[in-house]
Parts: sequence; structure tokens; C-alpha cells
Amino acid sequence: MADEEDIILSELDDEELVLQMHDDLYDGLKDEIEEGVRILLDRGWTPYDVLTKALVAGMTIVGADFRDGILFVPEVLLAANAMKAGMAILKPLLAETGAPKVGKMVIGTVKGDIHDIGKNLVGMMMEGAGFEVVDIGINNPVENYIAALEREQADILGMSALLTTTMPYMKVVIDTMKEKGMREDYIVLVGGAPLNEEFGKAIGADAYCRDAAVAVQTAKDYMSRKHNKLAAG
Amino acid sequence: MIPSDETLTESGIGPARKGRILLIACGALAREILDLKAANGWDHLDLTCLPAKYHLWPEKITEAVTEAVAKHRDAYDGIFVVYADCGTGGGLMARCEELGVEMIEGPHCYSFFEGNDAFAAREEYTAFYLTDFLVRQFDAFVWKPMGLDRHPELRDMYFGNYEKLVYQAQTEDPALDAKARDCAARLGLTYERRFTGYGDLGPALSRL
Repeated sequence: MADEEDIILSELDDEELVLQMHDDLYDGLKDEIEEGVRILLDRGWTPYDVLTKALVAGMTIVGADFRDGILFVPEVLLAANAMKAGMAILKPLLAETGAPKVGKMVIGTVKGDIHDIGKNLVGMMMEGAGFEVVDIGINNPVENYIAALEREQADILGMSALLTTTMPYMKVVIDTMKEKGMREDYIVLVGGAPLNEEFGKAIGADAYCRDAAVAVQTAKDYMSRKHNKLAAG
Repeated sequence: MIPSDETLTESGIGPARKGRILLIACGALAREILDLKAANGWDHLDLTCLPAKYHLWPEKITEAVTEAVAKHRDAYDGIFVVYADCGTGGGLMARCEELGVEMIEGPHCYSFFEGNDAFAAREEYTAFYLTDFLVRQFDAFVWKPMGLDRHPELRDMYFGNYEKLVYQAQTEDPALDAKARDCAARLGLTYERRFTGYGDLGPALSRL
């Protein structure tokens, strides 16, 4: 007889399986998430539905509990690893099936800063929300940001910094964008542990995002305003 | 008597109520400050330390310092805050200015231990720093809070972009050197020991 703790994912109905995947994501169970993704795909779910209903919805719970101090960084990282594994299966399928694209973001950590955990989480959640994300990595001088924005024809620039000593570099990037007359062409979002809303305003960013969930919502809000503006124009 | 590292990490220490200037410091700096006080005969300086564990949630530092200033300021001629910015994003300095108290300069203790100018000039952003206190308290401040005791597979997510661990030695202690070397190995980083002594800390306190 199976142990009560043993749950056979393939024996769950869709609704139970999705809830179980939320639990598994919460517990950072990578193998179980991969299995759940494959089961839902085999049952005829679209990759987009698997992504949004199983993975993103689960990760949203993780994000909320992190914000509320119930979960801590290690648990969030394990959950992110599990989600990443699920997304690796879905990504090629999403490209084939033409899932909706909300916008395009260039994201990177600023010059002199090698910290990328927050940036990676934001990038992953943005992808989960339907954004195309171009991650330019860590330690980026202003030239990298400008070149990537122009090359990728992005809508959004995301900048991250973990250090008090490196966060002022975000202003260098924004000021350079202004000098080049390109600041208004992009939505600029900034984040990182030592930042706050006041700092975001002071350097001329559109918004400071305290976590990945806020970044996604803020990006969506700005994109919808941009579309409304274009429609009205 | 020097308090234990566990006390300095978890609960901090109250003032002795001797001396006219109160230092409100991070628990991670208690030994160094007490040593400087004793060596220089700075009996006019009293010391209270907040729990060093606040470094795990830097947002707590500014409020805790504010509370400590309010609690003690009437009993002393002056207060000096012995915290660097410590991840508060300039918040602690702004608060100290509002409160009318001075604080030590620098982004982190590992900057002023080396000397802020020298530290900045290195632009050594792929180095992970440990001080004497942090070597002794490595498990409490690094290994366990990062979950590496339970999930060692997360190590490279945290430290994959770092290249070396620099142990900034405040004292000559072969045992700490050996422990710091082991910390570097556990994090998968190359090891460098750099003797700093107390750096800018001594001159900053000598002016009070």
C-alpha cells in the first residue's frame, strides 16, 4: 500500500494537479514540476495555460508569502529553480504556439555590481507574464544598456543593483538616455534591496519595483497606458 | 569583559553608563571598539550595541538606531553611530542627519576596516568579504540564513559571480585564518587574507 504522503501526479484530475503543482512549486520540487508540466501538456493543455495557471499562479503565492515574511530567500530560490525547470519545457512550445506577447524588456545589473538573484527572478516572472526578456547580465556599463535597448527595440528597461555604492549608476544610465533624446521611448523600472520609491523618483525612473510581482504588475500597467496612448494618438 | 559573539549577534549589549559620549554600534564591531577603548584609555566613550543580526534585514537598522538615539540621548553629551551605510541605501545617513547625530563614513564595515579610500580604489566587486567577527559567525550570518546548510545546491546561485573571498583580518589569529580559508572553500571561492587592523575606525573614534 502506498504511503499516504505519496502522491501520484498522473492520478490527479486537472484541478487537483494544478493545486498540487502550486504546492510543489512552493516546496521547490523541481522534478515534480517537470512531471506535472508534461502531464498537463499530454492532457492537451496549451503551453500558455500550463505556464499561467500552474507555474505563474504558483509562483505568485510564493512571491506573496516572501513579501509577508513567511518564506525567505532560500525557499524562493528553490521555487524559482523549479519554475525555471518547468519553463524550460514550455519555452520552445510557447514560441511555436504563438502565445501572446505583452512587451519586450531589456534587463541587467548595473556596472560594478555582480548580484543577479533579484534580476533573474524579475526576468523569469516577466517571461511568465508574457514579456519577452533580454537579459544582459551583470556589471553593465551604460553603453550596454543603450545598445541593447536600440538593438532589441525594447519597450522597457529594467535595472538592478544590490549595493548602495552601485545604485547611483542607474542615474548615469537614465541621464545618458535623456542626453540621447531616447528617455521617453522607454519605460524605466528599477529595483534592488537598498532602493526605495524616493530613490526611483529622484533618479528619474518611471517606477521602483520592490519585488518581482510588483515589477510584473507595474510593467503591465505601463504597457497598457502606452497602448492606450498610441490608440488615442 | 567582552560579550560572547552569540550575545552580540542575537541581543546586543546595553551601555555601561560610564562616559559622556555614547557609541551606538553594530554588535559586529563590539570587540574592536572595546579593544580600541581599552588601548587608548577612551573612558569618555560608552558603548551600546544593537544585535548584529539586523544585517540580515538592513531595513531594521535605521529604525533600531533611531530608537536607541531616542532612548539614550538625554543621558549623554553626544552620540556617535558606529554603523556604515550597511545596505540601508543612504537611509541611515539621512536619518542620522535628521536626528542630529554623526555616524562613521563608508558603505560597509569592510570598507572602513580597509580604509574607505583604499577600499573604493580597489573596485574589487567580485570579492566577498569577511571580517574577524564574520569569520567567527560565518554559519550564523552566511551559511544558515542563505539556506546552504539545508540546500547546498543553492551555493552557485548566490556566489557564482564571485571570484574570491577576502578575509580582512583585524587581528593576527591563525585559527581565524584557517577558518576563513575553510569558509572560502565551502563557498567555492579562492582565498585571500588581508590584514587591515581597525582601519578608519580608530581615527573616527579618536576625534570624539
